[in-house]
Amino acid sequence: MNIVVCIKQVPDTTEVKINPQTNTLMREGVPSIINPFDMYAIEEGLRLRERFGGRVTLLTMGPPQAKDALREALGLGADAAVLLSDRAFAGADTLATSTTLAKGVEKVGNVDLVICGKQAADGDTAQVGPGTAERLGWPHTSFVRKIHEVAGGSIKLERMTETGYEVVEMRLPAVITVVKEINEPRLPSLKGQIRAKSAEIPAWTAADLGATPEQLGLSGSPTQVVRIFTPERRSGGKILEGSLAEQLDFLVARLRETKAV
Amino acid sequence: MPILVSSDKCTACEACVSGCPFGAMQVVSGTAAAGDGCTLCGACVDVCPVGAIELQVERKAAGTSAGDYRDVWVFAEQRGGRAAGVVLELLGEGRKLADQLGEKLCAVLFGDKVEQTARELLAFGADTVYLFEDPSLANYQDDLYASAMTELVRAEKPGIILLGATSIGRSLGPRVATRLGTGLTADCTGLAIDPEKKNLLQTRPAFGGNIMATIVCPNHRPQMATVRPKVMARAKRDDSRHGEIVRKALPKGVDLRTRVLEVVDELSETANIAEADVIVSGGRGMGDPKNFSLLEKLAKVLGGAVGASRAAVDAGWYPYSHQVGQTGKTVNPKIYFACGISGAVQHLVGMQSSEIIIAINENPEAPIFKVATYGIVGDVLEVVPALTEAFRRVRG
Amino acid sequence: MMEYFLTEEQKMIKDLARRVADERIAPAAAELDEKEEFPWELMKVCAESDLFGVYMPEEYGGLGGGVLEQALVVEELSRACAGVAVSYAASGLGAFPILLFGTDAQKKKYLPDIASGKKLAAFGLTEANAGSDAGGIETTAVLDGDSYVLNGTKQWITNGGEAEVYTVIAMTDKKKGSRGATAFIVEKGTPGFTFGKKEKKLGIRASATRELVFHNCRVPKENVLAREGMGFIVAMKTLDRTRPGIGAQAVGIAQGALDAAAKYARQRHQFGQPISSFQAIQHMLADMAIQVEAARAFVYAVAKSIDSGVKEFSKESAMVKVFASDVAVKVTLDAIQVFGGYGYMRDYPVEKMLRDAKITQIYEGTNQIQRNVIALELIKEYAGRK
Repeated sequence: MNIVVCIKQVPDTTEVKINPQTNTLMREGVPSIINPFDMYAIEEGLRLRERFGGRVTLLTMGPPQAKDALREALGLGADAAVLLSDRAFAGADTLATSTTLAKGVEKVGNVDLVICGKQAADGDTAQVGPGTAERLGWPHTSFVRKIHEVAGGSIKLERMTETGYEVVEMRLPAVITVVKEINEPRLPSLKGQIRAKSAEIPAWTAADLGATPEQLGLSGSPTQVVRIFTPERRSGGKILEGSLAEQLDFLVARLRETKAV
Repeated sequence: MPILVSSDKCTACEACVSGCPFGAMQVVSGTAAAGDGCTLCGACVDVCPVGAIELQVERKAAGTSAGDYRDVWVFAEQRGGRAAGVVLELLGEGRKLADQLGEKLCAVLFGDKVEQTARELLAFGADTVYLFEDPSLANYQDDLYASAMTELVRAEKPGIILLGATSIGRSLGPRVATRLGTGLTADCTGLAIDPEKKNLLQTRPAFGGNIMATIVCPNHRPQMATVRPKVMARAKRDDSRHGEIVRKALPKGVDLRTRVLEVVDELSETANIAEADVIVSGGRGMGDPKNFSLLEKLAKVLGGAVGASRAAVDAGWYPYSHQVGQTGKTVNPKIYFACGISGAVQHLVGMQSSEIIIAINENPEAPIFKVATYGIVGDVLEVVPALTEAFRRVRG
Repeated sequence: MMEYFLTEEQKMIKDLARRVADERIAPAAAELDEKEEFPWELMKVCAESDLFGVYMPEEYGGLGGGVLEQALVVEELSRACAGVAVSYAASGLGAFPILLFGTDAQKKKYLPDIASGKKLAAFGLTEANAGSDAGGIETTAVLDGDSYVLNGTKQWITNGGEAEVYTVIAMTDKKKGSRGATAFIVEKGTPGFTFGKKEKKLGIRASATRELVFHNCRVPKENVLAREGMGFIVAMKTLDRTRPGIGAQAVGIAQGALDAAAKYARQRHQFGQPISSFQAIQHMLADMAIQVEAARAFVYAVAKSIDSGVKEFSKESAMVKVFASDVAVKVTLDAIQVFGGYGYMRDYPVEKMLRDAKITQIYEGTNQIQRNVIALELIKEYAGRK
């Protein structure tokens, strides 16, 4: 099976703090990590390779330092990695990103399955996986939590829904996005990390992908951000005082007034 | 370089450096410059005290002519023939937008034997329901839904399409938007119309809820957005309302590449936190997965559901279906108990619209107390059982 | 931690071992301790991460490191659970005799599987009447045709029953005393080789400790390590090399206790302020930190010294084991004090750390025997001076 796993390097959002004076994100010292949901995508790619043979190629679009994310993922055991990097990609929204990744998948060639994490932790859109599928002209299934089998040119899997799951059969080549229920990602191996350190990671530009500039980056992005602000916080309430029994009496009385209990 | 800095005007004051939400601005040899992290959000343009920064937008305005596109559409997602809760919220919000624009509110419904549902959509505020009825539409199917939707959009030219940010909406939305080559904004929590340009202002949280971004799609139509469930107010039902149901035929010869073999519901009563009036949530401060039984007891006495913070879910203490927050579910119950939850932003965005928030935490400095209606500083393992007992007494 | 100028590869090893400890071992530690369950799953994680190969030569599938690399892994694993760490380390203890004294054929046969973590190894020296006095060994090996026949019982063998490969010391000639011992490689499953029941221990309860019982157990001649009569040399040279590992284990336990205590002291409020604002607590934390760092520096220094090829290091290896293990017991005890009553409860991790720390003063030679060794070497050195 020829598998491409799309990953994204993101700031560790659990570490992001807001500067209360300027109301801006404090990114100093915030480490860049592989988007946590992508770790499940990488793991699933490796497991499918273990089950069915083949190759796992990592793909990311980003600035040159995104190579660090690719190297880290190579340390987990992927076969190859490609960076899509060009000033022309900058400012891409989900549509332009989907276009770029799809071109990358096409250039990798002979791909059976593209796996993405369900969403990126910085943007949280969950749109790039399905968008890439559409650009490739392939089917997709989002929020996959289990892969049953791959046989006869199709894949059988479980898609998570709000109330449970659906068993879906899909023709290959295809794109899936995975949720964290699908597996437990492995840790890297030392030998994998050593190999990754010296691995050759090609960087493909817009010209390499044969993409026209109007489709890429800012020019290829219908949406634009017009304002960024910190969310309004609900103003804080009251810390109860007195003995625990007194506090509880107060609380029970107040809540009974609401008639919710 | 889309961020242009005039070196004549720039005083290297670094206002943009600290003002950049992405840490991408820096001063290089006396002039500010945008680095690789730049997302072209324009925050630097606003903070520059001398007007030295310009956002050069080279977009082709020729995308689509906005004038030809009108009406607000709601994708009326259904399962088992019933419209999803979020559809009623979209109709409520869509009605406001349509009235502001002086346009129609339309719903698009796919399904099998769903005419009754179509009538209900009219009662909930739709002026027109585009109805696709066919046995093959009983379950959601990407290829069919996407093809039919795209054709209908091309024919009818709506200005705005709203979808629920559900597993279906977040699958269909990007497919349709990409096929149309238009913009799609994910998981919006606020919608408004720009009074001047009549564009849809789509506001959504990003960076784990740390910031809000307002997004527009100025040169392409339709403007598409998925909307987070449980955020907008539901439309009121009015059975005296009139509207038309327009039946549409499915496009022929769509290649069906995915097939749903089985639909399984596995949500337990206590898991349905999205619908509950009372939610008792636990975080890392519960100390041990077995202590969640204390929360279950309290929830049972109050007839509520049990929620969990991301930290607790990540630790494997409680299933993901119960997770409240940016990467879990958004809830707005009447009463929300946060037990042993410190109150990270990622959690707050998922529960802060609750009517009453009660926080129980050992650490008086915990951020959760800043949003809590009532706070109790104490050991959750002691307070929660006492609370359960107190409610049990008053309920007899 | 101080900057120790580790090589990039050593840092990589330490970082990965830390991730294994934080992400996989720490969440399981309390339960493994409570249930006294052998951590097979975690051994598999260590194997898949290549941690078992860090001290093995590359030709046997290892990464070509030495005592320091192994110590880095043991230290990090011990931060989360010393019981898991000792199960890892004991495999090294079983492998070192083969690494140091094995023939090419023996190395090729056994080391690759141990380096990959496919098989665990163990080392059998101690007996009921041969603890500190290894001369009291009663297990015998008698040559009969092409094989030796082993009879006797080894006691308190870490990884006993779980390991596949055992290096065992038995007497081939009782009359010759310490020159009458021989080291053998014995494979699990050899007829006549069985295990006693699993011991119940104070600490390191995730690890398995059992008797090795030999009853007319035939071991082929080619499984002799070094030569007949070299058994004690094999044992002593092995232990000289592995004692810094006990030091590393002690450092890891102590660091884990310091981490827990410092974190708790910042969270716990009394008299309206965090207890970390009280000088009594501050000084305890400071003393703990001083001791942990000193012990770590000592462990790394001795390990580096051994890896650089010095000939004599029995004394330093004994010293570092004594120093670090005493630190571990002191620091874990103080950590409990910082936690107060909570520290005494099993709901919190520090009481386990004290239980785990105690063994480091006892096994691989009690600290009293180590002091004898050190003193003897000292006196020899001074006797040689004018």
